[in-house]
Amino acid sequence: MSYRQARWIEPTIFELSRPGAIGIDFPEIDEVLQRELKEALDEIPEGLKRRELFLPELSELEVVRHFTRLSQMNFSVSTGMYPLGSCTMKYNPVMNEELAYDEKILNVHPLQPLETIQGCLEIMWRLEQILKEITGMSRFSLQPAAGAHGEFLGCLIIRAYHRDRGLHNKNIMIIPDSAHGTNPASATMAGYQVKVVKSDKDGCVDINELEEIVDEKVAGIMLTNPNTLGVFEKNIDKIVEIIHGVDGLLYYDGANLNALLGKVRPGDMGFDIVHLNLHKTFSTPHGGGGPGSGPVGVVDKLVDYLPSPLVNYDESKGVFYLDYERPKAVGKIKMFYGNFSVLVKAYAYLLRMGGEGLKKVAEASVLASNYLLYKVKKLKGVTLPYAPESPRKHEFVVSLSKLYRETGVTAKDVAKRLLDYGFHAPTIYFPLIVEEAFMVEPTESESKRELDNFYNVLSRIIEEAYSDPEKVKSAPHNTAVGRINEVKASHPKTMTPSWRVYIKRGNKP
Amino acid sequence: MVLKHPLIGLTDEEMSSMLLEMGLRGIDELFKDIPQRLFTRGELKYSKPLTESEVKQVIKKITSKNVAMGEVKLFIGGGVWPHFVPSIVKEILRRSELLTSYTPYQPEASQGILQALFEYQSLMAELLDIEVVNASMYDWATALGESFRMAKRVTRRNRILYPHYISYERLEVAKTYSEPSSIILQEYSQDKVDGSVDLEDLKSKMNRDVAAVYIEYPSYLGFIPINIREAGEIAHDYGSLFIIGVDPSMLGIFEPPGRLGADIVVGEGQPLGIPMSFGGPLLGIMGCRMDTQLIHQLPGRLIGLTETMRGERAYTMILQAREQHIKREKATSNICTNQALCAVAVAVYLSLLGKNGIIELGKQILSRTRYLISRLSRIDNLQAPLFKAVHFKEFTYRVRGKKAERILAELYKKKILAGINIGRFYSDLPEAILTCVTEIHSKNDLDLYAESLREVAEE
Repeated sequence: MSYRQARWIEPTIFELSRPGAIGIDFPEIDEVLQRELKEALDEIPEGLKRRELFLPELSELEVVRHFTRLSQMNFSVSTGMYPLGSCTMKYNPVMNEELAYDEKILNVHPLQPLETIQGCLEIMWRLEQILKEITGMSRFSLQPAAGAHGEFLGCLIIRAYHRDRGLHNKNIMIIPDSAHGTNPASATMAGYQVKVVKSDKDGCVDINELEEIVDEKVAGIMLTNPNTLGVFEKNIDKIVEIIHGVDGLLYYDGANLNALLGKVRPGDMGFDIVHLNLHKTFSTPHGGGGPGSGPVGVVDKLVDYLPSPLVNYDESKGVFYLDYERPKAVGKIKMFYGNFSVLVKAYAYLLRMGGEGLKKVAEASVLASNYLLYKVKKLKGVTLPYAPESPRKHEFVVSLSKLYRETGVTAKDVAKRLLDYGFHAPTIYFPLIVEEAFMVEPTESESKRELDNFYNVLSRIIEEAYSDPEKVKSAPHNTAVGRINEVKASHPKTMTPSWRVYIKRGNKP
Repeated sequence: MVLKHPLIGLTDEEMSSMLLEMGLRGIDELFKDIPQRLFTRGELKYSKPLTESEVKQVIKKITSKNVAMGEVKLFIGGGVWPHFVPSIVKEILRRSELLTSYTPYQPEASQGILQALFEYQSLMAELLDIEVVNASMYDWATALGESFRMAKRVTRRNRILYPHYISYERLEVAKTYSEPSSIILQEYSQDKVDGSVDLEDLKSKMNRDVAAVYIEYPSYLGFIPINIREAGEIAHDYGSLFIIGVDPSMLGIFEPPGRLGADIVVGEGQPLGIPMSFGGPLLGIMGCRMDTQLIHQLPGRLIGLTETMRGERAYTMILQAREQHIKREKATSNICTNQALCAVAVAVYLSLLGKNGIIELGKQILSRTRYLISRLSRIDNLQAPLFKAVHFKEFTYRVRGKKAERILAELYKKKILAGINIGRFYSDLPEAILTCVTEIHSKNDLDLYAESLREVAEE
């Protein structure tokens, strides 16, 4: 149970600059081109010629070393267990990277003639067929670059649908108090007023309150199911009835679909729109914050509103094509067709798992989560709020508020101390309806041994909290750096968003 | 529970023993809270599980149907451009410590990605000559849409002016982003001869309700609008913001947006180390001046240089109170997952280039662009370029009496993907072709383009 992260004292790339060094070569500009260059430079008005430029100068090796050292100071799924709730940090098969780095993908331009991009279109088409089967939706747009981007699109589709039917007064989106922050932010971006519905004692949407607040002005509801507590919304039928009863639509935030793959489909639950996070559920790597992909699927009556183009297959000609002839489509939300190389990785993963494998993903992820919960909830200072008897799905949320009251050690402290033992921290302080929330999602990728290790370490940290709380409160000790001064980082007088601001503040490199 | 799969961590024996320990009879007990009628009957049918080598075969077989650059000469730009990507960029991106990490919510264990992103922000800030650049948006188009919304929040004004020769696709995305926020988008004219901003027209459309004036640099059609600075001054005269959209690969040669009066800068980072990949992932650049009002309305992640409690240098996400996970419906944007790894690619690429490299890149592109223009302008029946201006990377031409589609099809027969038929999108540019020249094109490639086009044009 010991761990130490690499701890390079690595200067910024600016401090590593050696005037005259360069890490790239270019072909020689021959005499003819030199003449063109001279004339072109002469043609640029004086006021538009660059006068000053400061970029660091390094050799190739120096660049490699710098970024390799940085990478060694980064925790990842490849380094250790990453039980970050709601983020589904499963193993990202290495094979997928190799496939996406194919020259036949990297070197294809999105505006090439149709006959030269049949491979790309076929992958998109095939991926869409699988996503339809998994969710029970009629069609998908692969354009959104992230989950939140998909939510924005979903809200635009709801809006377009209602306007098309003359329902201009629908300006309210219902969102549970346990929802991801992106839900209310996306609804607002799409022009909706957000109305929050509370959770009941079981952590599910409070049906009585929902009935009270829903009226003709409600456009829809954005739900995650299982919700962010890891609890299945048991009253989903009733929610569907209430929302559909006022011509509202149900939006499914797919962040938690991992628990239900091959078992239950959002379409069968009554959802009208679904977004999926390919970078969570379908194993494409998250890259420290992206690129991701957030395809949006819809039921029949909403297909016309998906943004153009959709990829269709012309059976008579045997060709795939991009369909732009869709007058009701909402506007494009991104250049071209989506994060294509991410789509390739998800498609590869789906083939590797097969339908049977996906079902097992759901089972293993749910078992891993409940197994950990079974052990963790017995720890001193840990409580399980909401529906203690109900099984969780792929993730669970416990509260460390008792621990905090008894020892002064917070969920954040425990999270930091976990880093010392080589585990990434769970999501903390989310969902907002749980005090000192501690949200664990182990995923199907981990072995029983690793789950047990995680439990043993957590148990040890809790013992430390009672016996030597300072040790936990001053963590982490074994990471590349110690605990960050977050207040100074964002304070207007000290905030430093770039190197030039650092220098302007009078600091010396 | 029969299948054994390399991507699933638990063995069947482990699963059984875990269930036993928990006192459960079977896995179904963990799903018993879900209404029975919701369970799908039977397995998903799309495929049985395939092995790694089978998956590779299936996908290679499909992608082999593509025709990629290398098999043909490619001169298409228009939002994604063919550039050389050094091996080192790919190598660093495949470091799985960076690749398989999440957003750095635990900064002490994620200094690597944080410092790399801080360096991206800082390198891009130098290149743009502006203090603040966020850790990325999805692409230029979405950054543009977000910049319009930001301008509205900052100024509390409603109208935004954009240039006539704006990229049609970026305009569509920006409209999608703007419309729910009741922003009114209005076009201003550009000179038909040299593409410069029609300052009289712009002035006539200015008023105290204009949130921002937007311009592209270079324009979507490759020309440099010479009076960009004057356009910015007009915007500022009315208290409006000036937004410049930029292709950063020009900035070794051309004056940066920060020196041209930009309050907000957007752009596309793909030319600096990101492959085309059929149009995604890309890298939306978005930055602004170091002005409290602007920064607090800037969407997206920001990484800052700071200290640990003990005073050592360290990096962390800053000003998170603008973001959705804190502010929810009051956030500046819903953006969460962005294009972080693409930003790292650009940081690596710019580190390799350095000051002299980015200047050289600009010269490589500028000289080749002008060379091809010179070659084409000597062809009878051919008008190139359609604007009398300096062009960077892209330019427009037209063959008299010949349809653009026909020209492009004939050139493809000669294994040249020669450009985009843009006449479809600009009614004043019928049968015009937009073509793209970068450092990857050798002089022989350009000669081949010119010769082949001559044959087609003079047919």
